[in-house]
Amino acid sequence: MARAVTTRRKTINTLAAWAIGLLIFFPILWTILTSFKTEAQAINDPPLFLFFDWTLENYAVVQERSDYMRYLWNSVIIAGGSTLLGILIGVPAAWSMAFVPSKRTKDILMWMLSTKMLPAVGVLYPIYLLFIELGLLDTRVGLTLVLMLINLPIIIWMLYTYFKEIPGEILEAARMDGATLKEEILYILTPMAIPGIASTVLLNIILAWNEAFWTLNLTAAKAAPLTAFIASYSSPEGLFYAKLSAASTMAIAPILILGWFSQKQLVRGLTFGAVK
Amino acid sequence: MGQITLNQITKSFGDVQVIPPLDLQIDDGEFVVFVGPSGCGKSTLLRLIAGLEDVTSGEIDIDGRDATEVPPAKRGLAMVFQSYALYPHMSVRKNIAFPLRMAGLDKAARNAKVDAAAKVLNLTDYLDRRPGQLSGGQRQRVAIGRAIVREPAAFLFDEPLSNLDAALRVNMRLEISELHQSLKTTMIYVTHDQVEAMTMADKIVVLQAGVIEQVGSPLELYHTPRNRFVAGFIGSPKMNFMMGAFAAEFDAATIGIRPEHISVSRSEGKWSGRVGVSEHLGSDTFLYVEVDGLSDPVTVRSTGEVGFRHGDTVYLTPDAGKIHRFNNQGLRIA
Amino acid sequence: MATQHSRSAARIMMAPAVFLLLGWMLIPLTMTLVFSFKKYLPLRGGDLGWVGFDNYVRFVSSSAFWPSVQTTLVIVGGVLVITIVLGVLLSILLDQPMWGQGIVRILVIAPFFVMPTVSALVWKNMFMDPVNGLFAHLWQAFGAQPIEWLSDASLLSIIIIVSWQWLPFATLILLTAIQSLDSEQLEAAEMDGAPPLARFGFIILPHLSRAITIVILIQTIFLLAIFAEIFVTTGGAFGTRTLTYLIFQRVLESQNVGLGSAGGVYAIILANIVAIFLMRIVGKNLDA
Repeated sequence: MARAVTTRRKTINTLAAWAIGLLIFFPILWTILTSFKTEAQAINDPPLFLFFDWTLENYAVVQERSDYMRYLWNSVIIAGGSTLLGILIGVPAAWSMAFVPSKRTKDILMWMLSTKMLPAVGVLYPIYLLFIELGLLDTRVGLTLVLMLINLPIIIWMLYTYFKEIPGEILEAARMDGATLKEEILYILTPMAIPGIASTVLLNIILAWNEAFWTLNLTAAKAAPLTAFIASYSSPEGLFYAKLSAASTMAIAPILILGWFSQKQLVRGLTFGAVK
Repeated sequence: MGQITLNQITKSFGDVQVIPPLDLQIDDGEFVVFVGPSGCGKSTLLRLIAGLEDVTSGEIDIDGRDATEVPPAKRGLAMVFQSYALYPHMSVRKNIAFPLRMAGLDKAARNAKVDAAAKVLNLTDYLDRRPGQLSGGQRQRVAIGRAIVREPAAFLFDEPLSNLDAALRVNMRLEISELHQSLKTTMIYVTHDQVEAMTMADKIVVLQAGVIEQVGSPLELYHTPRNRFVAGFIGSPKMNFMMGAFAAEFDAATIGIRPEHISVSRSEGKWSGRVGVSEHLGSDTFLYVEVDGLSDPVTVRSTGEVGFRHGDTVYLTPDAGKIHRFNNQGLRIA
Repeated sequence: MATQHSRSAARIMMAPAVFLLLGWMLIPLTMTLVFSFKKYLPLRGGDLGWVGFDNYVRFVSSSAFWPSVQTTLVIVGGVLVITIVLGVLLSILLDQPMWGQGIVRILVIAPFFVMPTVSALVWKNMFMDPVNGLFAHLWQAFGAQPIEWLSDASLLSIIIIVSWQWLPFATLILLTAIQSLDSEQLEAAEMDGAPPLARFGFIILPHLSRAITIVILIQTIFLLAIFAEIFVTTGGAFGTRTLTYLIFQRVLESQNVGLGSAGGVYAIILANIVAIFLMRIVGKNLDA
């Protein structure tokens, strides 16, 4: 609307929005703050907001005692690995569906999306059994494979939509200019598709990092990523709020930052294009 | 160089035949315009020549050799797309150099050719910019530059001026015509704008629903259109058509008379009527006259200002030598 | 691009993805199906042979079944209602002119990026704990008795936790949809004399209806599969055992694989019903 908006109205909107935003964000804020408290002060009555003895001891304790680095490393490998694998398999598939569509392309795409809707619990036992047979239980390899498979539909879907946005005429111009298929993909398609591929990678890392069904059920001590590590705090001993907060802050920080950049990708990737 | 022959070409998309068997000869150095309404198949025809679409049957010869199965890159043709299709991630220099790079030229040779083309097209100052930083007309020229460096047997233009504003369109029309005169290479140009066709072409191919209605020079099409469709398509404002008694008088099912071939008088003339809308451009006047006995208004064009207004009673007289006669199949009667 | 070369190249490029997903779908599904018709207790004798539809009957006639269905409906329904209603309101608010809109968006979106185990445990301990949680302190400040959230109001607690996580998703989707609403439509309505509430009801809401439908369908699919939040808070106790959790328990905890697999088949059928509706909308969009 091009009319002048009254400052008063803008102020009311701003106050209301900020109030609600802070309310929604509060649990995260509280967790971050608590991570810097001592355990005693973490359960202080009344609760301490900003004025307490700030300390980094929780971070130190969590990292030392619980072999935190191993869980972190597992998360990184599993999220990164499944994303990389997914891209390697997904890019060719999405390319062919976007640029050489056949009558069945749409059906195949929809079928791929539908595999994402399969309830994991329905195939939990078979996968569990297969993993035991193949020696994949509690291995990073196994988990990487599973996470790649559950996110592959979204990867292909997102890449497909990004590829479709590349004007066909530009690829035809390359063909007229004498480029072979390989040269066309290498010199023209890929550079133009990089933003789309980057967005897909971003979203997939987030989804894989936060996945909390397979990572909880298919891992024990060796391959457990951060999701499982945090879950171990569900039956704690002694005072633990501050340590839980520190562990949580470390676990969610990377994704919060990545998430900042990926709002548009989220809409595109998770609504399967049904909302623009 | 640059002679193209289409022999019994057909094109179908699935079960739909969009181009029934078609023959066409394009001579070396000609500026040929494919013109017709939306959906007439002109762009499809161009793409068949380019090799971006496969023919369903028939043969395409380029310079005497059968090029029907040859992929686009190897036909020796260059295409300028409607949306220019510039590579957005490359500079102007790299855009123009791309075909040369694909052909395997080394950097020095590429740069030499790019500089030469840029000079012709006034792009030397923009060589390091990206397409996103250029205006519409400049992008057009980069697209043309990319085509020129290939030294093709023929240039293919797919409605290149549609995305430009009116003033720029006139300029670019002149530039393309000048380019043709200096390069003397065959150019095949697709447009829906008959003004572009008339002003630029050596030969016009009028298409409707995949069928060639007429091939001829602009003036041939203007003076002797083969059928009602061509007669109504060429010339702006449109030719006036009359049927019934008006046509019977001249032994035809339909007659046509162009707006510029009708004279207007306040006092006497063949057909009487009242002025409906009148358009005064200063250089010309267009009158839309409701003639007694006709359901559609007759368009009349006069030079200069003729002072008739809405509601005036006028008498129209057609120039007898310029009346076109058509039979009931819509074909020209000689 | 429709030449022969590209067509065969395309088929090769699609092959790995198609094979992998086909395998991923068929192999475990077939196994689940097979198990569901058997009596299979790995800890107590192993494969004990075919029992036909026995497991299917026993699953739905077990005393835990209908409560789990009810629990599932309450949780999914509750989260849907909260996220959609609040989501619509929030998205309208965020669409208004204000200062710092970008930052508010980040604040509102953030919960979606927190991993489920962290959300659940933070809420369980630091907010809902009856002794040390913030809610407890808050209640006491008003002189009231703190609630034992996870034992007395367990369903509500789960709903709160999950809604907090999914509100950003709904808001983001609805905000995207609202921003695609042509402002000229609203201006035309204003010129036609429509007051704000009428403009909301007649123009904004209908425009949003498609986005709302999609949010409902997508969220339902994901909400039916909620696991981690229940796993780390109540472990399915206090009436928080959803259908998914019930199946999980049958299969991995009590290791009654046949029974659990039958339950799994039910869950798959249920999810497919929702998926069919969703895919129809997606399909229409693909044609566009």
